[in-house]
Amino acid sequence: MDNARILIYIIVMAVVTYLIRMLPLTLIKKKIKNRYILSFLYYMPYAVLGAMTFPAILFSTSSVISAAVGMAAAVILAYMKKSLITVAVASCLAVYVAEAIMQVIY
Amino acid sequence: MEKSENRFICGLRDGIPIGLGYVSVSFTFGIMAVMGGLPVWAALLISMTNLTSAGQFAGLNLMLAGGSYFEVAATQLVINMRYALMSVSVSQKLRDGVGVLNRMGIAYGITDEIFAVATTKLCSVGPRYMYGLISVPYIGWSLGTLLGAVSGMILPESVRSAMGIAIYGMFIAIVVPPSRESRTVFAVVISAMLLSSAFYWVPVVNHVSSGFAIIICTFLCAGAAAFFAPLPKEEGEACTNG
Repeated sequence: MDNARILIYIIVMAVVTYLIRMLPLTLIKKKIKNRYILSFLYYMPYAVLGAMTFPAILFSTSSVISAAVGMAAAVILAYMKKSLITVAVASCLAVYVAEAIMQVIY
Repeated sequence: MEKSENRFICGLRDGIPIGLGYVSVSFTFGIMAVMGGLPVWAALLISMTNLTSAGQFAGLNLMLAGGSYFEVAATQLVINMRYALMSVSVSQKLRDGVGVLNRMGIAYGITDEIFAVATTKLCSVGPRYMYGLISVPYIGWSLGTLLGAVSGMILPESVRSAMGIAIYGMFIAIVVPPSRESRTVFAVVISAMLLSSAFYWVPVVNHVSSGFAIIICTFLCAGAAAFFAPLPKEEGEACTNG
């Protein structure tokens, strides 16, 4: 692939992605008063993150089993209200350990 | 005067865990881009100009497969359309009087995690807070890509595999604590997970692209919650540093 073509690909991706982010933020300047829309916006991040996490998390490592172990570790630590980075690192470690154990077993 | 958070340093602090999470995810992106045959500068430039995980991975696959520019544009539109929703949400979270230029600047850094941290703050936010919040993740995303592209193959497969779950660990860390406090939030999270599972496993509907599936799940689950459990009238007065 030549550099010019790579560059055009990147520009297309960047422009489309930026416009999606920029237009609503610049065009909507008034505070929305509608209680239902405000409630929707309040619940939205939890719906987005829930949908993005599962089932995708199961396929984020080299085996569904190790991913499930990592997910369990994350849920437990998050339930204990540990910080974002603690939970993220601990789930990686759990996956690593689970895969090491699986290597021994098989 | 309304209470709002506009300290750059507070934004920086809130952005650190996101940035650390991003390093591991973009590291994987860097590895994949170079393994697929892209030069290191291209991998880095994609991350610096796009700042989006799912969109970049999909775009990379299309590039390597020689897809048309239109196809690339359409795919980005579908996968990243959720940012439009998030951008609407952030527009409501910004304090009054933020100008167009600042809005254009903030828009560059609207990602799933930055949006989630900004909009789950209890008070409104200002541009300086947002720039602080965006900085560390932006650096982490770019740096991780560069490191992955240059040196990723040195790491053993077991380590790369373990790092793949980092971003989801962060998502879980964001949704679980409020799910303890609110039954409705818990119901939203669980129903969104079940619905997205249906989009993955149930025949016919699993042909829906993952980007659209997320949008549909969001509308149905957050919409149902807003309908059945709307927030009380007065919300978001207090300001916390949580």
